[in-house]
Amino acid sequence: MSTTKKAIIGFFALRIPLIFTLLIVAVIVVIIGNFLIVGGGHISWEFLTTEPRNMNTEGGIFPAIYGTVLLVLIMTLAAVPVGTITAIYLTEYARQNSWLARTIRFAVNTLAGVPSIVFGLFGLGFFIQTVGAQIDRVNWNQTMSTFHASLETRQSPVAGGKIATIDEVQKYLESSKEYDWKEQISSLSTFPRGTDARVNDDIVMRFMDDKVSLKWGKPGLIWAAFTLALLTLPVVIVSVEESLKTVPKDIRAASLALGATKWETIRKVVIPNSITGILTGSILAIGRGAGEVAPILFTGAVYSLQGLPSSLSDQFMHLGYHLYILSTQSPDVDAVRPLQYATTLVLLALTLALNFTAILLRSHIRRRQITS
Amino acid sequence: MAKEELHTKIKSEGLSLFYGQKQALRDISIPMYANKVTAFIGPSGCGKSTYLRTLNRMNDLIEGVKITGKTFIDGIDVYSSGVNVVNLRKRVGMVFQKSNPFPKSIYDNIAYGPRLNGIKSKAELDVIVERSLVGAALWNEAKDRLHDSALALSGGQQQRLCIARAIAVNPEILLMDEPCSALDPISTTKIEELIYELKSTYTIVIVTHNMQQAARVSDYTAFFYLGELVEYDLTRTLFTNPEKKQTEDYITGRFG
Repeated sequence: MSTTKKAIIGFFALRIPLIFTLLIVAVIVVIIGNFLIVGGGHISWEFLTTEPRNMNTEGGIFPAIYGTVLLVLIMTLAAVPVGTITAIYLTEYARQNSWLARTIRFAVNTLAGVPSIVFGLFGLGFFIQTVGAQIDRVNWNQTMSTFHASLETRQSPVAGGKIATIDEVQKYLESSKEYDWKEQISSLSTFPRGTDARVNDDIVMRFMDDKVSLKWGKPGLIWAAFTLALLTLPVVIVSVEESLKTVPKDIRAASLALGATKWETIRKVVIPNSITGILTGSILAIGRGAGEVAPILFTGAVYSLQGLPSSLSDQFMHLGYHLYILSTQSPDVDAVRPLQYATTLVLLALTLALNFTAILLRSHIRRRQITS
Repeated sequence: MAKEELHTKIKSEGLSLFYGQKQALRDISIPMYANKVTAFIGPSGCGKSTYLRTLNRMNDLIEGVKITGKTFIDGIDVYSSGVNVVNLRKRVGMVFQKSNPFPKSIYDNIAYGPRLNGIKSKAELDVIVERSLVGAALWNEAKDRLHDSALALSGGQQQRLCIARAIAVNPEILLMDEPCSALDPISTTKIEELIYELKSTYTIVIVTHNMQQAARVSDYTAFFYLGELVEYDLTRTLFTNPEKKQTEDYITGRFG
């Protein structure tokens, strides 16, 4: 090979990787720059703090920001402790080649490969239709049986199958200090017209039983958060496991030789020394969870909301889902476009901010560990 | 020395240890005396560290280890079912080959053991920390930086910190597994002087690669070879007038 040829190959061999690297940077710059230029102008205090108006073509995205942050927080609270405990079991307690440890590892790896929409369907089928519905059923049966017991007392106007007016039943229930019947009483006042105003307790009960209220057996914040937590669990488990493994054997031995039990060693030596890894796990989980939309489609996200969610069973708006709605369900494409860009920018910023907080926290703890 | 009354602190009888199928210790029988320094010498892989670890049951941590025979401390078999390993290790402290301070402050390293034993009062811990550091000849160097990271200490200081940490829980026996093998000569001298002072309070068992060290610090020496205890005697006797040819060959440097 001639020297010139070598020189040419050398020239490109050095520069081609550089070009590809720059290409990746360029793609990111173009994406973020695009959103910054088109959407940045639309971001204002009003956009961040008000509700959408006029079929999403005006107003802000505050409910979506609020819902996303809340969702991610609850998901983290669910996924990080469970994942950490699982990882501790796998690395510290389980015998490495026992069938149980291998089964758990296999399950974790499989979980990591399941498409996110499947998690959404699972959340709907398991959390909402099974767990939630069961909670509702139990709650309702309890409510009805106390209600029935109350109607059967001597003071009750309908006790013993006597006939009473709805007014009398209502007054009686309001006078009862023992139970909070507000909801039931307001249901009673909507007793359909045309029914005989004189009722016995069978009629009252039958009417009330029809008013089964769904609270947990419907999509809501907590079920969406749990579904997302399942999705992020493998990420947490694997990264915590890795960080537990980096704690040197000789420090563990030092602790045990001083008469510490295995659990004391884990609590006082292993966990403090892998706390940064546990936080990394949370960072990855948050990053993954904040951007996912498919798992929450069926489990709690809605495209428009009256007021903000105030209970774990409430439905919520979500930035990712809101973006999908803006892009596909809009009556006025041109009016919505700047909102789309601005919403994307907020979603990106929020994810990055959550990550960044965790990174700061991690470096803070690491610094404190080294100097203390 | 022979006239002095000896109190047997540790005694093994017919102790054998297996890693799976492989036998690492063969039928070890040896008494060790209170307030004496007993040194184990022998070439690498001869089983001296393995034997040392049977005394505080650190071998329990390795999967597939099987032990037969008996080891008594104060007349109680440490491998009998009634013995609580955690309590045993509180009585039998250990210093490792490589210094292994926790990545915490000097103070917290030493307070670790006492805290495990439920001591919470700061005043009490202060006293223990000072006493242990003085005992490990580290007080003068460390007293102004008790709350600095232990990892900022030099290698020799770290090893003395580990000794301080071990004596903070008032053990009766101190096991040392080649405590000077990673240290420079000056640090080594300091630790050897320390061992000499500590033996008035503790029964010390030390594993060493360095025969001069064994000769300098120990009262009794045991020579291990291929998992067997070849010879055990007063250090002076073993080094000047060994009974077995193998021992003589080893201490004169003909092999190992």
